[in-house]
Amino acid sequence: MPDALLEADALDVFYGDFQALFGVSLTIAPGEVVAVIGANGAGKSTLLKTFAGQLHPRAGTLRFAGEAVGTLPAFAMVRRGVALVPEGRRLFPSLSVEENLLIGAQAGRPGPWSLQRVFDLFPILAERRRQPSMSLSGGQQQMVAIARALMSNPQLLLCDEISLGLAPIVVKEIYDRLPAITGEGLSLVIVEQDIVQALSAARRVYCLQEGRVALEGDAKSLTREAVSAAYFGV
Amino acid sequence: MSDAAIRVEHATRASRIGMTLLALLVVALAAAPLWADRASLRLMGEIFTFVALASLWNLLAGYAGLVSVGQQAYVGFGGYVLFAAAILFGVPPIAAIIVAGALAALLAVPVAALMFRLRGHYFAIGTWVVAEIFRLVAAQIGVLGGGSGVSLPAGVITGIAATRAMREYIIYWLALGLAVLVVGGIVLLLRSRYGLALTAIRDNETAARSNGISVMRIKYLVYVVTAAGTAMTGALIFLTKLRISPDTAFSVNDWTAFVIFITVIGGIGRVEGPLIGTIVFFLLRETLADLGSLYLLMLGAVAIVVMLFAPKGLWGFVADRFGWQAFPLERRLAHKP
Amino acid sequence: MQWVNAIVQGVLIGGLYALFAAGLSLIFGVMRLVNIAHGDLIVLASYLALVVVTTLGLDPLTSLVIVVPAMAVIGYALQRLILNRTLGDDLLPPLLVTFGLSVIIQNGLLEWFTADSRKLTAGAIEVQAFQALPGVWIGLLPLLQFAVTIAIIGGLQLLFYRTAFGRAFRATSDDPSVAQLMGLDTRHVFALAMALSLAVVAVAGVFLAVRANFDPAIGPARLIYGFEAVIIGGLGSLWGTLAGGIILGVAQAIGAQIDPGWQVLAGHLVFIAILAVRPQGLFPKVQG
Repeated sequence: MPDALLEADALDVFYGDFQALFGVSLTIAPGEVVAVIGANGAGKSTLLKTFAGQLHPRAGTLRFAGEAVGTLPAFAMVRRGVALVPEGRRLFPSLSVEENLLIGAQAGRPGPWSLQRVFDLFPILAERRRQPSMSLSGGQQQMVAIARALMSNPQLLLCDEISLGLAPIVVKEIYDRLPAITGEGLSLVIVEQDIVQALSAARRVYCLQEGRVALEGDAKSLTREAVSAAYFGV
Repeated sequence: MSDAAIRVEHATRASRIGMTLLALLVVALAAAPLWADRASLRLMGEIFTFVALASLWNLLAGYAGLVSVGQQAYVGFGGYVLFAAAILFGVPPIAAIIVAGALAALLAVPVAALMFRLRGHYFAIGTWVVAEIFRLVAAQIGVLGGGSGVSLPAGVITGIAATRAMREYIIYWLALGLAVLVVGGIVLLLRSRYGLALTAIRDNETAARSNGISVMRIKYLVYVVTAAGTAMTGALIFLTKLRISPDTAFSVNDWTAFVIFITVIGGIGRVEGPLIGTIVFFLLRETLADLGSLYLLMLGAVAIVVMLFAPKGLWGFVADRFGWQAFPLERRLAHKP
Repeated sequence: MQWVNAIVQGVLIGGLYALFAAGLSLIFGVMRLVNIAHGDLIVLASYLALVVVTTLGLDPLTSLVIVVPAMAVIGYALQRLILNRTLGDDLLPPLLVTFGLSVIIQNGLLEWFTADSRKLTAGAIEVQAFQALPGVWIGLLPLLQFAVTIAIIGGLQLLFYRTAFGRAFRATSDDPSVAQLMGLDTRHVFALAMALSLAVVAVAGVFLAVRANFDPAIGPARLIYGFEAVIIGGLGSLWGTLAGGIILGVAQAIGAQIDPGWQVLAGHLVFIAILAVRPQGLFPKVQG
């Protein structure tokens, strides 16, 4: 077992001709919770999409569980144990709540998460299991999106802006469940614009600025000044 | 620097050379009766009608995004209007060509209203249904020969000009004139404010819509104009053939498959594409015509390969490499001297 | 009774149109692709059945055992090798490529089998009929074909809404990029959808071959009938498509009763009328 579950070394990632990430290096240990923060357009979502296989680095190496995975498509990454909760939830509108969850298990990985376990985690979803997914409230839809990703029994769960557009009380409800998720031993990467939220949940933090890592360190030891300097580049 | 110091330039050095060469070419072609034999004149006349059909289809599909596989509806309609006008009402054929264009434009308005209700790809098949309806209706018209068709009476033909040679010259000039009119008209349309909108639609329809361009109105305009041009070309085609029947008039192979392959191979979404494509098409046809249905099969295969591996066609391939453009369509900002 | 008979026969032929339509709307549903070569693929299946029947001496209906899997394999390969490359935001490539395929199939068949009209004979079942009403005879073969159509449409409905397979189709249709995040290889899912579509096409092709004469040029008209059934019935609803096929069949039968030249035209006119007054179709899919 290598020390790092995921290891990114000097990644350059492009959207067509536009370069979004410049030499980004980052490691995530097994069982670790890491926050990636940064302003709008800093490259946070790009980084998660690269980890999930939706984008591919043009330069640099990406290793997952010791294997070079930089060229693998998204469906192959899920089968290896990387699950992404995409920004904006992106539930399947023509599928019911339960069907959305079942499709999450499509990759067929064994592990602790099952329909019953995610219903235990988010009991409201058990009540709503037969409903069309889009008839749920925003917070409930976010729960479906997280539960759907868990159904693939990932080793690494990537959460992109899970608090976006939700009321603070709903955000708290969702973040309160994270320990129950990480308790199963998976690693978690949280991308947030809400710095306080991200810092409270994570052990380590990376701050991106214009596609580069501007700061990294322990969530507890970072000073407010250091974070805001890295965040805004002032 | 004030705004007034900047102007929009269309022409590039390449396009100035291109336009000069094209103008010389048109003059030389207009003088063709002086230097070409009758068989060549007839072949060139046919080439011009395909330049017109392909350019019109390119405007429709390549710019307005209206992928029709039913333009044979208007080719056949134009042909039938010419025959009906000449046989039933004694209208001179050349005037009948214009009547065919006008009637097709009128007919295209309600047809477009119906077809635009079909989403995306289904529009294509819808246009095919319209062409089939036209064909079936034509087969029901007894005075025009029903399903077996009708010939143009000798009196109508001799009415064009007294001598056979002069008739052939006139038909040749009509074909050349129509091709120049269609290509020139498309260049002017693309240079107008509609052209900017059309190019925006071609490149990104959603973005064009969000920029306040009335995509629907422009599509209507293009559909109706294309129908008129296609019908005029159809009228001319059947004036040269002297005989019309529902199956030849509304043939999907002759008036749509060939035209689509010409445009795709030459370069869709560029004015030069159909011109290049037509030349390639006729070169191939003159050498491979003996192959019959195999020729169509090969053409289809070539079009698929081009679509998959060089979607901008032959002209796009060349133009991108050397920055060529034959027509002054680009807009670039330049400082006023 | 002549009219009742015409309507009954129209309903039965409408089942065949629904079968043409089912494969078409299936792939439109999953990948928003309209396959212009659909009708020519139906005719290709008819010729495949002809080859199987003449070389192996099988009964046409038994030939389905070979024709259905063969067409499914063709569908999978077609999607994987060619059509997947055309999918994207641009509508042009899939339309032009399938149009090219249509021309290739038609002319390939013409080259191979000539323009002669063919027909498969299904033996004794072909002439068996029973009297449903005085003067109204129902052939056993058309009835069998109608029953098979209902079974196929019911089966597709079950597949789509009750199985993991169907769930994957619907998810991919909703959002292909998120479907990838669920471990679905969308290129494979699209190819499976095309394989399924061509399996249905194979059944349609064999029934077409035993019911009527066929030649290489009749594909486009089958595409159009299928398309009209889809639009009349309403997009996204398989039972609606069956109803659309039946309405088209009945319209053609009534048209033919008035004047033989009006048979096909009457069907087109019903399609135009529906498009004019109810463009969403008669039985559109209920949202939610």
